[in-house]
Amino acid sequence: MSILSYFFGEKKKSASVARERLQIILAHERAGRDAPDYLPQLQRELIEVISKYVAINPDDIKVQLDKKDDFEVLEVNIVLPEHARR
Amino acid sequence: MAKIIVVTSGKGGVGKTTTSASFASGLALRGFKTAVIDFDVGLRNLDLIMGCERRVVYDFVNVIQGEATLRQALIKDKNSDNLFILPASQTRDKDALSKEGVQKVLEELAADGFDYIVCDSPAGIETGAFLALYFADEAVVVTNPEVSSVRDSDRIIGILDAKSKKAEEGGQVKTHLLVTRYSPKRVDSGEMLSLDDVQHLLRISLIGVVPESEVVLQASNAGAPAIHSAGTDVSEAYKDVVARFLGEEKPLRFIEAPKQPFWKRLFGG
Repeated sequence: MSILSYFFGEKKKSASVARERLQIILAHERAGRDAPDYLPQLQRELIEVISKYVAINPDDIKVQLDKKDDFEVLEVNIVLPEHARR
Repeated sequence: MAKIIVVTSGKGGVGKTTTSASFASGLALRGFKTAVIDFDVGLRNLDLIMGCERRVVYDFVNVIQGEATLRQALIKDKNSDNLFILPASQTRDKDALSKEGVQKVLEELAADGFDYIVCDSPAGIETGAFLALYFADEAVVVTNPEVSSVRDSDRIIGILDAKSKKAEEGGQVKTHLLVTRYSPKRVDSGEMLSLDDVQHLLRISLIGVVPESEVVLQASNAGAPAIHSAGTDVSEAYKDVVARFLGEEKPLRFIEAPKQPFWKRLFGG
């Protein structure tokens, strides 16, 4: 970068855009990777149990583990279809 | 006890084979009995980079399937008496490699008195790439200062940390970051990720930086690993990598752009 462009200001350099994009995507992908391996199994079993009572789509259950400082939050999100009762 | 080193990256075209060839040659130049294995079954290229393509008779898969002995398949390097190349096969059957087969070959090399076994990984995260890294003691993760390469390296580091034999046994593969195709001038002008950026993003220790250079293409044209291109920055950079791998202290080189004249700094160049 030249000294003149420093004084006159210049649009954000592409390398810093690359760095910021990578910081976000790597953090996101690492969170998924570090998830315990029992999650998919847990998700499958939850689907089985709930399917006994309610007709749901396997995609309607989301199981996610979030880490916040010292504790972990296991989030289970089940979307029930309208008129779900058999 | 033979030490197994995988040269890996996830992304293709970043310099894995170039690095495998120069790194293995560098270890041999230091006097270590070294083998370099091409894991890219179906698309072998290490033989071309090493300049031994016309001497390939048997390959890695022949050895695994018992059609040839290891001794018959190993090709002695033309530059070093203590460097041997095990070429990949050109068969398209990607399941030709198995964990047991690879293990057998590695054990045989170790029993044969090899000090170092360098595994040149194919791109991707399929069987060949997985088997190349599975038995590794150490890993050289080759990365270009570019978004897709950094992301793929991060995935490979994740696989090394979770799926390798070391990881399964509760240990850890020692991972080294090698930044290749680095252009200090473009870093200075803000159009390329810097060494610091890549290191902070990947969070593994740096073993070296290889500058972008026409020497790499010239070396592959000639079929002589770039480390043999005496007096060039690429050759020196790879010699430094080998020295650091062997535990020597070497300051980083070729990471600063040549100083520009004052008027260029004023008006931009």
